[in-house]
Amino acid sequence: MDIPYTVSVRPDTGVYNAKLGIWLFIASEVMLFGGLFSAYVFLRTGAPVWPGMMGGEMYVRASDILSVPMATLNTMVLIASSVTMVMAWASLMMDDFGKFRRYMSLTILLSFVFLIVKGFEYNAKFSHGLYPSESTFLAIYFTLTGLHAIHVIGGIIVNSYLLGPGSKLWKTKPKQFTNRIEIAGLYWHFVDLVWIFLFPTIYLL
Amino acid sequence: MSESTHAEDIQAHVKVYIKVFGALAILTVVTVGVGYLHLPIWPALIVALLIASVKGGLVGGFFMHLSSEKKVIFYVLLVTATFLLAMFVIFISALHDQVGGHLVP
Repeated sequence: MDIPYTVSVRPDTGVYNAKLGIWLFIASEVMLFGGLFSAYVFLRTGAPVWPGMMGGEMYVRASDILSVPMATLNTMVLIASSVTMVMAWASLMMDDFGKFRRYMSLTILLSFVFLIVKGFEYNAKFSHGLYPSESTFLAIYFTLTGLHAIHVIGGIIVNSYLLGPGSKLWKTKPKQFTNRIEIAGLYWHFVDLVWIFLFPTIYLL
Repeated sequence: MSESTHAEDIQAHVKVYIKVFGALAILTVVTVGVGYLHLPIWPALIVALLIASVKGGLVGGFFMHLSSEKKVIFYVLLVTATFLLAMFVIFISALHDQVGGHLVP
């Protein structure tokens, strides 16, 4: 039995089922990250000095302990990956599977670049003995950026499946496959959106 | 809609995506620039969140196609925004419920 409304629009909602599904998932994600953002505000407001004492030194600006250039690079990388993701979907809309493969590969590549840069950032902290247990600032920094990185890994897994074995669907049900790419794209853009707010909040304020 | 018109529509979308990418890149540079001005916390917070909201609007409006989305999606977003706001209000209320004006460790 075929799953209904994977391609055609459901009359009562006006969208295909997966689209409503991903937006409900994104809604739950907004609450998850919103809760952690609230925790950040709560912790920061309660701290006498922010970011405060770390590794025996007092810091009064987050940019003194975090690498703003690296985070800026990562912001650009993630924005670029959002563009390649939407281009992958647009390529399928124009029946160009070859272009889709190129753009999707680029999206996955950029996702790995993001994680590698993030890895360098984390390593710079760990090599100085700066772990989440060191201070409230580092605890919330690693929690927020770590959770975001897990979402990036999730995106890589889904996008790699859609580029690899999942792409067989294009031959039999091209419209359904295009919709799957749109859904994966919505998730990926949300991951980008979270970073757009995380970056100034954690690194620059 | 004919196939050629459909393809032209998507081509037009692609041009918009490139422009949005340019705008997002510029706004990122502006965000970093403002960060280095070391403004007091409240003006810095307002400017940073304002720029982030514009960037978020561009991503949502164009990459996530919210500019041409159906009503049901906006209902979902409205409910989400309401719950998010309620959560923020609870947190802010808690901030004002402290001993001596400071958080109890």
